[in-house]
Amino acid sequence: MEGDIAVMGQMIGAGLASIGMGGAGIGVGLVAGNFLSGALRNPAAAGEQTATLFIGIAFAEALGIFSFLVALLLMFAV
Amino acid sequence: MSAESTTEEATSGFNIHPMDQFEVHPLFGDGAIHWYTPTNVTLWLGLTVVAAFLLLVVGSRGRAMVPSRSQSIAEMAYGFVRKMVEDITGKEGLKYFPHIMTVFTFILFANLLGLLPYSFSTTSHIAVTGVLALTVFLSVTVIGFVKNGPSFIKLFWVSSAPMALRPVLFLIELISYFVRPVSHSIRLGGNLMAGHAVVKVFAGFAGALGIGAVIPITAIVAVYGLELLVAFIQAYVFTILTVVYLNDALHPSH
Repeated sequence: MEGDIAVMGQMIGAGLASIGMGGAGIGVGLVAGNFLSGALRNPAAAGEQTATLFIGIAFAEALGIFSFLVALLLMFAV
Repeated sequence: MSAESTTEEATSGFNIHPMDQFEVHPLFGDGAIHWYTPTNVTLWLGLTVVAAFLLLVVGSRGRAMVPSRSQSIAEMAYGFVRKMVEDITGKEGLKYFPHIMTVFTFILFANLLGLLPYSFSTTSHIAVTGVLALTVFLSVTVIGFVKNGPSFIKLFWVSSAPMALRPVLFLIELISYFVRPVSHSIRLGGNLMAGHAVVKVFAGFAGALGIGAVIPITAIVAVYGLELLVAFIQAYVFTILTVVYLNDALHPSH
């Protein structure tokens, strides 16, 4: 019985942790969207900035991956 | 938990656990794993090196003026990484280009080999990516101190901020510097692991649905295409962050 409650807590915690990935999704969308709106205003300068775009996406995405990792740890490692 | 999974197995008869693919087995027999035991990780790390060797050394062996297909792929990869290093760090960074090229080709081939059916994706393990990220972190820190001496600390001392804020920013910069290898390795490992787990979750649906399995199999094809893209982008992102960190070490002024 107690074990079942602990498993339930793990699963609920994993679900809650994966909410964080939604935040990362919003962040990546903001980065890419702002890049696109800037690129359409000045297409000539856009090509040089793709590296910056990918760095920005990587930083935003890393935090989502952290929450995914927490969810996985709760489900399989705890 | 166990009762539930046994009934599920009985009804579907085809049960795929999404995390089974990441298990490390010994290659021969199934004894305990020591540091010297050849495992499936050893095999696929070795195959990664072989694949990179085949493309970059054997593939471009002809050194033709009009390159063959494999030679032009190798030249494209070389030019791509070289331009990236030169754009971000300038001429000084080109001294470190061989290491960065090695990191890029190694991760790219490890990611792509991991996509083969029944293969083992080495870069989905934090142990593998962690060593790669720690190598980068340690070498960049050493390069920073050798190149700049004690003034490398200026990287953390934001001289454009107001004086009162500088100690706070110093602390934040210091913490963010030491979190670098963590985020650097988990970004690559987590992305790869998440993608492969998603494919296997859909494969589990396909096993349970019978004739309706067409839908999850279509989804697997789409996710697989996305994974091909992710394999390239994550290799690119890991490399470009390596170059950015190297640039911080070469030009630490804020």
